Amino acid sequence: MIWFNQMLQGVLLGGYYALIACGLSFMFSVMRIINLAHGSLAILAAFLLFTLAKTFGIHPILGLAIVLPVMALLGWLLQRAVLERSARGGQLVPVLSTFGLAIVIDNLLFQAYGADTRSLTPYVGSLSYDSWGLPGGIFVGKLAVITFVTAVALLGGLQLFLSSTRLGQAIRATAEDPDTVGLIGIDARTVNATAAAIAMVTVGIAGAFLGMRASFNPYAGGQQLIFAFEAAIIGGAGSLWGTLIGGVVLGVAQSIGAKIHSQGFLIAGHAVFLAIVFVRLFLGPQTYRIRAAFGMGK
Amino acid sequence: MSLLDVNKLDVRHGLLKAVREVTFSVEKGERIALVGANGAGKTTLLRAIAGAHQSTGGQIRFAGSDVTAMPSYQRSKAGIALVPEGRKLFTRMTVTENLQLARAAGRPGAWTLEAVLEAFPNLKPRLHAKAGTLSGGEQQATAIGRALMTNPDLLLLDEVSLGLSPLVVERVYAQLENLMASGATIVLVEQDLKRAMRVATRVICMLEGRIALEGRAKDLSRDQVTEAYFGLGRAKPAEAGAS
Repeated sequence: MIWFNQMLQGVLLGGYYALIACGLSFMFSVMRIINLAHGSLAILAAFLLFTLAKTFGIHPILGLAIVLPVMALLGWLLQRAVLERSARGGQLVPVLSTFGLAIVIDNLLFQAYGADTRSLTPYVGSLSYDSWGLPGGIFVGKLAVITFVTAVALLGGLQLFLSSTRLGQAIRATAEDPDTVGLIGIDARTVNATAAAIAMVTVGIAGAFLGMRASFNPYAGGQQLIFAFEAAIIGGAGSLWGTLIGGVVLGVAQSIGAKIHSQGFLIAGHAVFLAIVFVRLFLGPQTYRIRAAFGMGK
Repeated sequence: MSLLDVNKLDVRHGLLKAVREVTFSVEKGERIALVGANGAGKTTLLRAIAGAHQSTGGQIRFAGSDVTAMPSYQRSKAGIALVPEGRKLFTRMTVTENLQLARAAGRPGAWTLEAVLEAFPNLKPRLHAKAGTLSGGEQQATAIGRALMTNPDLLLLDEVSLGLSPLVVERVYAQLENLMASGATIVLVEQDLKRAMRVATRVICMLEGRIALEGRAKDLSRDQVTEAYFGLGRAKPAEAGAS
């Protein structure tokens, strides 16, 4: 039973990783941009929510009503001012420019908030430690369940949006061939800026859950980026459902690793990530066939 | 007033001047065949008219307004559609999605999904297939259908026969016949001179970025076009030419 519990907690933790990875995966799959400022932007959203909660007493969930539009605007500006220009210089330049952007954001946050570790936990009442009891003496945290459900809803919603709305289809077409969409009346620049705005909204949501479940400081972005990256890569870069599975695999691995040894939490996660990367490298085409069989292929 | 007026248009590929001071106009209902050797600038000219390639000099007027500075998506909304060389379908999307994306041009009209399927019945069984899995003929039909879905006033067709077997080319042109008979305004690039002169009302022959010969299809002989095509009649070759 204890292993089942551990698995279950791992799955729920995986929902959190999937949520963190969502924006990264979305940006990579539809815009072919690796955004290294992803973690820092999530931390930025968390700090904005923190300010709203501390100064105005706004509950972090309600605070999203203000922060998400801000994040959307940031995404728009990010695309127009940074990504669009750097993408013209090849695939590697956006990686460098977003890396630089991450450093700028981290240090601006440090300037504004200092080195103190913060959390949104004090502003969400008992939510951070409330739990539901399940038969067999298993308890699941309310926040963890809400996080998981949010991840599923967000990733599923995005997948549905991409496949069945006109804007979603325009985003996919623009990702595939930005020159040709112009010939059928689609403004690639606007579509890409909209996609970036959507990605940043998901980053804002991720930031909220990050702040509610744990603590953060101005330099915590890098760690978040690593988890997001691992979840996205395990799930097969560029597939949104895959990202959910990737998050769950990472969460379960960490959770089981922690059970085996008290130091095993991070190591198990990284080990599974590396193992999967190596399997992909060596088996290459076969894994694509396996993924295609599960409907995860692109 | 002509539907399309191209005036002293210059288009470059980096240092290479691919189109040099090209001037011509297209009247409503005309079918113009653009012929010329590889590298003569035909594709570049079409892409510049559609806005996919920015011109460096000259002017393009469409339906009375200056579109020279307009990006391609606005020209598409204004009524110019290009079927690009190599078809350029969205290969990871289905045929239906490819066709319906063109509604973004915001020009409702006679060309609906149903009308396209009627014109290209070979697409009917493939509607939900990914465009990348189609045969060459089906891909070309999808590309033409996609351009038609914008309900253009001017249709630019770039080498619709490229990479297709003769039989399939025959079928694509048979499907285009109704379109041509309906009085649509078309500029097409075609390597097959005989076919080009048969379907067009006017022929423009390009050589090294310039118009070498222009005339009504029925007034021109095959030999005249061939001569212009290869630049045989010239006293001395033009300055460093296009490849």
